[in-house]
Amino acid sequence: MIKFFLMVNKQGQTRLSKYYEHVDINKRTLLETEVIKSCLSRSNEQCSFIEYKDFKLIYRQYAALFIVVGVNDTENEMAIYEFIHNFVEVLDEYFSRVSELDVSFFNTVFHGTWQAHSSPYQIGSCSVTQAGVQRCDHGSLHPGSPGLK
Amino acid sequence: MPAPIRLRELIRTIRTARTQAEEREMIQKECAAIRSSFREEDNTYRCRNVAKLLYMHMLGYPAHFGQLECLKLIASQKFTDKRIGYLGAMLLLDERQDVHLLMTNCIKNDLNHSTQFVQGLALCTLGCMGSSEMCRDLAGEVEKLLKTSNSYLRKKAALCAVHVIRKVPELMEMFLPATKNLLNEKNHGVLHTSVVLLTEMCERSPDMLAHFRKLVPQLVRILKNLIMSGYSPEHDVSGISDPFLQVRILRLLRILGRNDDDSSEAMNDILAQVATNTETSKNVGNAILYETVLTIMDIKSESGLRVLAINILGRFLLNNDKNIRYVALTSLLKTVQTDHNAVQRHRSTIVDCLKDLDVSIKRYAPSKRWHIDTIMRVLTTAGSYVRDDAVPNLIQLITNSVEMHAYTVQRLYKAILGDYSQQPLVQVAAWCIGEYGDLLVSGQCEEEEPIQVTEDEVLDILESVLISNMSTSVTRGYALTAIMKLSTRFTCTVNRIKKVVSIYGSSIDVELQQRAVEYNALFKKYDHMRSALLERMPVMEKVTTNGPTEIVQTNGETEPAPLETKPPPSGPQPTSQANDLLDLLGGNDITPVIPTAPTSKPSSAGGELLDLLGDINLTGAPAAAPAPASVPQISQPPFLLDGLSSQPLFNDIAAGIPSITAYSKNGLKIEFTFERSNTNPSVTVITIQASNSTELDMTDFVFQAAVPKTFQLQLLSPSSSIVPAFNTGTITQVIKVLNPQKQQLRMRIKLTYNHKGSAMQDLAEVNNFPPQSWQ
Repeated sequence: MIKFFLMVNKQGQTRLSKYYEHVDINKRTLLETEVIKSCLSRSNEQCSFIEYKDFKLIYRQYAALFIVVGVNDTENEMAIYEFIHNFVEVLDEYFSRVSELDVSFFNTVFHGTWQAHSSPYQIGSCSVTQAGVQRCDHGSLHPGSPGLK
Repeated sequence: MPAPIRLRELIRTIRTARTQAEEREMIQKECAAIRSSFREEDNTYRCRNVAKLLYMHMLGYPAHFGQLECLKLIASQKFTDKRIGYLGAMLLLDERQDVHLLMTNCIKNDLNHSTQFVQGLALCTLGCMGSSEMCRDLAGEVEKLLKTSNSYLRKKAALCAVHVIRKVPELMEMFLPATKNLLNEKNHGVLHTSVVLLTEMCERSPDMLAHFRKLVPQLVRILKNLIMSGYSPEHDVSGISDPFLQVRILRLLRILGRNDDDSSEAMNDILAQVATNTETSKNVGNAILYETVLTIMDIKSESGLRVLAINILGRFLLNNDKNIRYVALTSLLKTVQTDHNAVQRHRSTIVDCLKDLDVSIKRYAPSKRWHIDTIMRVLTTAGSYVRDDAVPNLIQLITNSVEMHAYTVQRLYKAILGDYSQQPLVQVAAWCIGEYGDLLVSGQCEEEEPIQVTEDEVLDILESVLISNMSTSVTRGYALTAIMKLSTRFTCTVNRIKKVVSIYGSSIDVELQQRAVEYNALFKKYDHMRSALLERMPVMEKVTTNGPTEIVQTNGETEPAPLETKPPPSGPQPTSQANDLLDLLGGNDITPVIPTAPTSKPSSAGGELLDLLGDINLTGAPAAAPAPASVPQISQPPFLLDGLSSQPLFNDIAAGIPSITAYSKNGLKIEFTFERSNTNPSVTVITIQASNSTELDMTDFVFQAAVPKTFQLQLLSPSSSIVPAFNTGTITQVIKVLNPQKQQLRMRIKLTYNHKGSAMQDLAEVNNFPPQSWQ
């Protein structure tokens, strides 16, 4: 089961965060800095799965952005690893060459995409593959997104 | 009042903030504006404001005053409002807020909305943060939606149902009729979520489990279609059709097949097919194989299938991808633990894997603790099949991880408390208890709950190891030595230890007898030396190869192989070795860290040692250069003397950080050399050396450095301000860099000096820091 999903950049600034279990707001920033610290201290030789407290962290680095998913023991780590990549591919299609800037500016849109893409994962798994790209055009991602009026 | 700024503007403004304080100021200003806008009950801009609030919430600022606004947005008729409202509800609200119950009515209405997207939003939100009361109220609606023909809604409803069941397990029965047709869907989305729902139901209730067993043939059929179907662009991920669904189905099959012969039999074929047909070149394929292996191991599969699974794991271990190796290691250990019989049958395959296990673990262990835990698990389950050098390797690993001593000794103690038949485990445990017994008794352990152990209990367990019929003489040797070491670590039970040791002075086992007599002598004649002799062991030098059985020797305590009881070939050999020890004793009478009694001696009841001790020449002559073959490391006394300081925190890994040339221009060369501090790993000490190869001196030389925001820099005073010509001398200066976030070190340096009558100035950036200096 996914516990949380973070997109944090190398300087420790959170670009997107979604928690599936309640975490106090001040504990969140602490969690985020600790998570990014452990991800940053990994070298290329080490694998992408870290054991942190009672979660497992699965992370992938895309340029300066780290996508970190925290899961509990019952998840298949490699499937999640693949899933993260899938999500990024979907975003890439939607934003045509997505970048970290897009994550900041289109924050709500990213939330929506993540919601659609991972709604099964809220409770345990993932279902959207390339079909997700089409799905993104409707549903939660109404073109007239707020804040961009 | 002017229109509130857009989210984009806000983000832009925040990005221009240079410090945390500036950012906080901007956010507070904006929060105030938002609050006044909320008070005015402005419908047009509410959406925009809440969006901004959500962004600020993500950055870590409190946003509770927006909760009610979210509700108002949800109640609005506009889709854009609803969307932000629901998003806000999911992020800001949860069961603890009283406000959330007000949502129930809104959600109910929206679940019956005419637009599927609105219904979808409502389902999402309910599935995300619905409390048990909300779930109870709305379960009927969800169930209705589970039966619609609209696949978009169906899949969301299935997930919502999972959440409802989690919150209110009693409602599971309600969803049972709806599940009848779920697996008949063509749409992968619905299939997937249905499998999730079924998995959840099976995990929660054994009745459901029995009920759903009849679905196994259908699941097998679906899986088969997935594998056999050709390329389908909709579901393709790197050449495999919907791997996520495949993994999910495998997991459900695992749950259904557990402890059930019929289901397991029905699955055998498809599992074999998946295992053989899946392409392993990409991560996706490996993920599916991993899940398949887990499933095979868990159900009552036939032996051929198990062999296949273990072979797959073996192949994973040899793969280049570190992720795959990690995954293979963890599942291999799970297998060894839970299914000992299957493991026995495939002993040879496993042993081959175990041979590489050590190498892989050493390189890829995520942490020392994991490493120790893993080897311990292997020791407890594989028992006597473990390779010979696993014991000394583990001991070496334990001494190296100083911070883990208390944790390790506690775990080992607990492990042998119940069962001391596994020889390697007992040996390691005895050794550790001997070394770190004081930590065990004092109950300091940070990693785990400390247990209360008394000195007597520890001695009890060690004595039972000694007496037990299952212990080999090697193990007994370990135990006796451990008891002896404890005589310096424990305070109240020294008499008991003396008694035990003297009993074994007349033991039939020659090895034990010899040791016991020596220890007795230590108690009687050489009591003043006892504490010095039995001090903690220093960190051992690592043996680099892991090839076939290179028996690692410690400083003088050889592997107590039975061979040692034979008298050593030549007379001078024991003398030279004794000389080593005794020279050290003589030359350095503060705290010579010498391990317990050297063992290669003639078997005449240890009397010879005492003679040697008696007529030693205490002039501190250098130890015999040709180190005896059985003790390879004691070839350089300086090494030993180095290690003899009372702080065994010798970290030989730090010694090898390469130095770099940071700047070289116009005859001025600056070199950086690095040192890492043992006590504070985020501090790097850089020593710069500036040299001048031109024919005139450089005077008034000033070196300045700047580092990125996340570092801290301390520049100590330089040795001088003149760099003499022709490289005849250098200026040395020390820089201390604090790097708490372990980021890559970068530095900008500014050099000013006078040369050939004119003032020179230069700026440069240093980027070639070696990774060992900052990692």
